[in-house]
Amino acid sequence: MKLILLPAVAARPAWLARRAPLAILLGLVALTAPAVAVEKVFVHARIIPIAQGEIADGMLIVEGTRIVSVGPFAPDAIPAGAEVIDVRGKVLMPGLICTHSHIGGIGAADGSAPIQPGVNVRDGLNIRDSGFRRALAGGLTTLNIMPGSGHLISGQTVYVKLRFAPDPPRTIDDLLIRDDRGAPLGGLKMANGTNSIRSAPWPGTRGKSMYLVREQFIKAREYQAKVAQAAGDAAKLPPRDLHLETLVEAMQGTRIVHHHTHRHDDIMSVLRLADEFQLRVVLHHVSEAWRVASEIARANVPCSIILIDSPGGKLEAEQMRFDTGRVLEQAGVRVAFHTDDWITDSRVFNRMAALGVRGGMSREAALRALTLSGAEILDLQRCIGSLEPGKDADFVVLSGDPLSVYTHVLETWVEGQKVFDRNRPEDRLYAVGGFGASHDQNPYFCCCEQGAESQ
Amino acid sequence: MTHRSVLLLLCSCAWGLFDTRLATAQVAVQGELVYTMAGEPIRNGVVVVVDGKIAAVGPVGTVSVPAGLRRLSAHVVTPGLIDAHSTLGLSGLLNYEHDQEQLERSAPIQPALRALDAYNAQDRLIAWVRGFGVTTIHTGHAPGELISGQTMIVKTVGNTVDEALLVPKRAIACSLGAAARKSGAQSPGTRGKMMSMLRAELIRAQEYQAKLARGVEQTEKPEGGEPPPRDLNLEALAQVLRGELVLLVTADRATDIANALRLAEEFNIRIWLDSAAESYLLIDQIKAAGVPVILHPTMARAVEDTENLSFETAARLVAAGIPVALQSGYEAYVPKSRVVLFEAARAAAEGLAFDQALATITIDAARILGIDQRVGSLEVGKDGDLALYDGDPFEYTSHCVGVVVNGQIVSQEIR
Repeated sequence: MKLILLPAVAARPAWLARRAPLAILLGLVALTAPAVAVEKVFVHARIIPIAQGEIADGMLIVEGTRIVSVGPFAPDAIPAGAEVIDVRGKVLMPGLICTHSHIGGIGAADGSAPIQPGVNVRDGLNIRDSGFRRALAGGLTTLNIMPGSGHLISGQTVYVKLRFAPDPPRTIDDLLIRDDRGAPLGGLKMANGTNSIRSAPWPGTRGKSMYLVREQFIKAREYQAKVAQAAGDAAKLPPRDLHLETLVEAMQGTRIVHHHTHRHDDIMSVLRLADEFQLRVVLHHVSEAWRVASEIARANVPCSIILIDSPGGKLEAEQMRFDTGRVLEQAGVRVAFHTDDWITDSRVFNRMAALGVRGGMSREAALRALTLSGAEILDLQRCIGSLEPGKDADFVVLSGDPLSVYTHVLETWVEGQKVFDRNRPEDRLYAVGGFGASHDQNPYFCCCEQGAESQ
Repeated sequence: MTHRSVLLLLCSCAWGLFDTRLATAQVAVQGELVYTMAGEPIRNGVVVVVDGKIAAVGPVGTVSVPAGLRRLSAHVVTPGLIDAHSTLGLSGLLNYEHDQEQLERSAPIQPALRALDAYNAQDRLIAWVRGFGVTTIHTGHAPGELISGQTMIVKTVGNTVDEALLVPKRAIACSLGAAARKSGAQSPGTRGKMMSMLRAELIRAQEYQAKLARGVEQTEKPEGGEPPPRDLNLEALAQVLRGELVLLVTADRATDIANALRLAEEFNIRIWLDSAAESYLLIDQIKAAGVPVILHPTMARAVEDTENLSFETAARLVAAGIPVALQSGYEAYVPKSRVVLFEAARAAAEGLAFDQALATITIDAARILGIDQRVGSLEVGKDGDLALYDGDPFEYTSHCVGVVVNGQIVSQEIR
């Protein structure tokens, strides 16, 4: 199987490409920053860079939107005129990355058909949804916002940066992460198992589910061949088909497939599908990954997992366990966490890593699963996920250890801008809740009649 | 040992259901830190459980431990945790039609529905929460109808409900607001109609009770008089009117909380405010009414009627002197059950002192539920229910390493 996620050939995102020459010029000026950027130097925090060991008395230098240096406190290295911010007693780590979120009022594929890859979740997102503010309060800086899992293929996902400062975003476009052609980056959401099993035209069984999906990918392959044969001759090109175009992107590896899957046999079905159509796939949720961990490892496919307070709630999640992260880590599988917000609350995302450690994961892997592993899963590791020179200045300031329940996110920074400050009353409201903290937000509960009723 | 004989005697009366297990319900649990919830925590303490009941508690060396007891030890020992409101055993793990017994939709007012008839003692979720230290749950019919049925209190043990039962009938579950609202021509469709229907039903129960009383009086006289035919629904509400049962009112919006307090005053009934997302807006009124709050899970979803909930409500209510217990609540989807330990932990992280947070899932919960003679603290004579942890119980990275119920070691799994 060739399911390696690491993007040897993936296009470099434009927002990185734009800055790359500057990085070469010692990274002193960022394009989007003022002509003379004043460095911000965070001193004396315990720094968890993820890319290297923890630094007890650290120093982080940020210029414009990027990180200039990370290391032990070194007063001589503080640039003249820099703004020095003493964060003694606090902990600084990369901004958290959620590889699977449903905030913002998602609405992609509708109820008309089980396969709708041409639909994009971006078109339904409401930037004024308080879910974004709550995500910032949880220290999240990058999200993969996905359509639901009620379809075999429910549409395109979007990767967003929570750029809420210096000015609040006006539209969702202000948050998009783009490639070098300016196109928004995102994946393709797919699902198998029980969610999409309904009456026709929906599949009634797992066998039919797989048949329907394979049929579409085969069509997309034929479509791809026709486009190739046309060799740019407009007269020979097939009529454009938005659904098939998207599936072609998935087969070309430019659009990662984010696949909801729980049961061990459903997981194996995803691996089989990925192998047949050469898809770059991420397995999401994987309640029963502990049953097929070595198979997942052999396929070299990463997992984005969630730990829920109790198993069940649906048949396919009845074997959910707290030690899934440990089993996958020990099998050598790359693991990231996700909130699945509304399923879990973005404000307590660090809790996921703590529960992972409770289940036997190493501290190192659990913290990586909140950050760098998530970046890798989204193919954004060149720019985010760890505190390293040249990467985006996305980080959080914590009151204590990231795995402690007593720790609060004090500040969240995105691209060198402070986007959340627990000391600001308007931010604190979203952090702890209270009157007016949850307006303009619709929960997403896929495939749950009772949940749907309450919307 | 005289006290042991007395205990045995007590046990054989009040604890008949567990007679067959008495012989093995002996254990000594040692903890570097023992939170008895009756005074300061004991450093290097030991709790001796004999015949299912706590026989002694104190620092190691000051308490004699009878020979032959099984011994457990852990970093931290607490009373078995109490979940002050859940639907465990009724709302099953699989969440398909036939394991969901928490809500009967055929009518909006059905106080006669007994919780014990609907309880699956072997649902896996019960063992799941028990593994984290939860030993007592107040469970039953769920929020979602104006009056959905009865609740009861059980231990998280037993193959049958009879083996689990602590209090077979404790409250009548009532919902106000969005949860109780019907659509179309069905009632209740509004808050006004909800209160009108509730009041009408309680008035009917008053009349039923009056007739019953008259009937009983008259049958003692030669001319006689028939008591009214038995009505199970009105019987249950009459028990509320007499103070034998509590009305558990799920009310999140301030409007609904105020309505609940007004109802309690009009009928002079005991209520517990349940969920109570906006209770922080009515602290003075709740305190004046002397009503306890069984607060929503700290991390409950903020949606619809609960959209204004806050992580800090528990701290604010406790600071005001209002009795507060935490609950796992009812979940329609995922997670199928929350764990009160985790919810209390969140409250402890958001302004509630450690001891107070622990009290919301132990002694304060027991006092509100009226079972503090049996559970909620580690005191001589109480049930031998304990939870053992390898660190601060509230840290998500700690583990529950042992659970004892009625002196029986029911779990030693590392959870």
